[in-house]
Amino acid sequence: MELFDNLVLGFSTALLIQNILYCFVGVLLGTAVGVLPGIGPTATVAMLLPITFSFEPVTALIMLAGIYYGAQYGGSTTAILINLPGESSAAVTALDGHAMARQGRAGPALAAAAVGSFIAGTVATVVLAVAAPPLASIALEFGPAEYFSLVLFGLIVSIALARGTALKALAMIALGVAFGTVGQDIYTGTPRFVFDQRELYGGIDFVSVAVGMFGVAEILRNLENEQTRTAVVSKVKNLWPTREDRRRIVGPIARGTGLGAALGVLPGGGHVLASFTSYAVEKRISKRQKEFGDGAIEGVAGPESANNAAAQTSFIPLLTLGLPAHPVMALMVGAFIVHGITPGPNVINDEPELFWGLIASMWIGNALLLLLNLPLIGMWVRMLRIPYNVLFPMIMLFAAIGTYSLGFNAYDVYAIVFFGVLGYILIKCGCEPAPLLLGFVLGPLLEENLRRALIISRGDASVFLTRPISAACLALAAAALVIAVLPAIRKRREEVFADDE
Amino acid sequence: MGGAFAVGSLSYELGTPLRMGPGYFPLLVGAILAALGLGIVLKGLVAGEVVSFGTVPWRAVGVIVLALLFFGFTVRRLGFVPTSAVTALLTTFASTRVRPLMAVAVAAGLTLASTLIFVVALQLRIPLFGPWLPF
Repeated sequence: MELFDNLVLGFSTALLIQNILYCFVGVLLGTAVGVLPGIGPTATVAMLLPITFSFEPVTALIMLAGIYYGAQYGGSTTAILINLPGESSAAVTALDGHAMARQGRAGPALAAAAVGSFIAGTVATVVLAVAAPPLASIALEFGPAEYFSLVLFGLIVSIALARGTALKALAMIALGVAFGTVGQDIYTGTPRFVFDQRELYGGIDFVSVAVGMFGVAEILRNLENEQTRTAVVSKVKNLWPTREDRRRIVGPIARGTGLGAALGVLPGGGHVLASFTSYAVEKRISKRQKEFGDGAIEGVAGPESANNAAAQTSFIPLLTLGLPAHPVMALMVGAFIVHGITPGPNVINDEPELFWGLIASMWIGNALLLLLNLPLIGMWVRMLRIPYNVLFPMIMLFAAIGTYSLGFNAYDVYAIVFFGVLGYILIKCGCEPAPLLLGFVLGPLLEENLRRALIISRGDASVFLTRPISAACLALAAAALVIAVLPAIRKRREEVFADDE
Repeated sequence: MGGAFAVGSLSYELGTPLRMGPGYFPLLVGAILAALGLGIVLKGLVAGEVVSFGTVPWRAVGVIVLALLFFGFTVRRLGFVPTSAVTALLTTFASTRVRPLMAVAVAAGLTLASTLIFVVALQLRIPLFGPWLPF
């Protein structure tokens, strides 16, 4: 029973008092972030990253992970009560959840979301614990050629999932990769694109990119139409779902969990895709199709389970391959690196307490979320009344302080200004900033492995095709690219999104 | 979408490295980027679409940029407390619906909160008041 031993080790780490405490802080903050529209988990994790530098590595990661999956939870509260999804994956929850709230059934909707999320989180944590070790041992066999192809595959798949046109998403990745080349060259130490600024020699700090793109740019976008943010909060009474409700949510929770656990592994926001897919599935197989959109509890339970399961399993590529599936995971890479740990297949063997502790903490975190969300729902409702005029100066100030404290370097603060304005322009042009950040984080990895593979093969580019795993990844990447770019299929994809929105 | 695409592509072309740097990687990426940027522009032109940018909150953009630059520039010189206070005060004016009294209250509250959180609780090593101030 190796798994059992591992879980014992994990829980003995996760149950340390400071780890429980920071897990609690993480999920509490995460829920707050999810509840409050206009603050995303990416920006929050980026801002809090510097604070965690003084923690034990496992404590830091537990807290950051808690913020992430806590935000998936919290997003549903706002979606249901005021029809404002605090987080992108909660957008579908708003459809039926808010309809239920208008009928005075906000309580059962919230309960369905919370219970579904908890069950999904539990199952997905087990999936993570079972699937990660074998995957990591496969990954240990990977050479630079395989890594290069895998990273490329990951990047390409992430555009297939991004909204907006594939061409733009592809351009965003390339732009991110280009920003990633700023700084000293890894092999020769020659400075590139530094414009004689000593501060740029170490490269651009990814926290600045993330805070700029997801913090500053988001705020600018939210300030465009201030008038729309007048919230009418629905009353919550009687949380307990009726017997009929309970019967109706079992199936959606089970299917949502499965879908989410599978799709969460995909790069580029699998949790958003998971909740949309789950909604589409429930709508299609339901006998009460007409109720969807007017308050079908299945339309709340399914997507909420799916996005929470996906939130947990999106740690799989990070922990086994060292590849972040989306921006928050990219920041987790940074958290690992700051603590002197290279994320990837070696983590399981070299840092078992950290690996299993993190997994065990996710289950604890999910249990805490259940406790936090149902009894304390009143507190979250009250938090929704904080006016945005107070909120956004707070975000800006914390962003500035957090970024500055990274290295006590004013350049990092100037960088968030640059990336904030750039991000705002890009959003205005219909370009999503998420692929850019992924490209930025993965770019150096791409370059390093490309060059290392070519050095080993003495400049023979065919290594990428003659090594089977590498060739398979490239073939899949090419297929994904074709699917994403081909107009006929793209139209179909847009229909799927349009259908659900 | 012509206008939107043109502005977007401007930032792409900036990524095109004219100096090759060590290795061909930046050049490769730059070339791909430029090609994609061009592709987007061409597609926009062919389709002949014109998209409006919508309202741009110029005031918010300007004020927030100013506030952040101020923070970066003065935090070491003025110290944590005055810099935070001014930055917070400035950012509140990014909203068009702000009343002066409210702005001052928000700035004061935030300064107090962030001092407690970052300096007292997290022991961040930033001087509370910097060398530009007489105490």
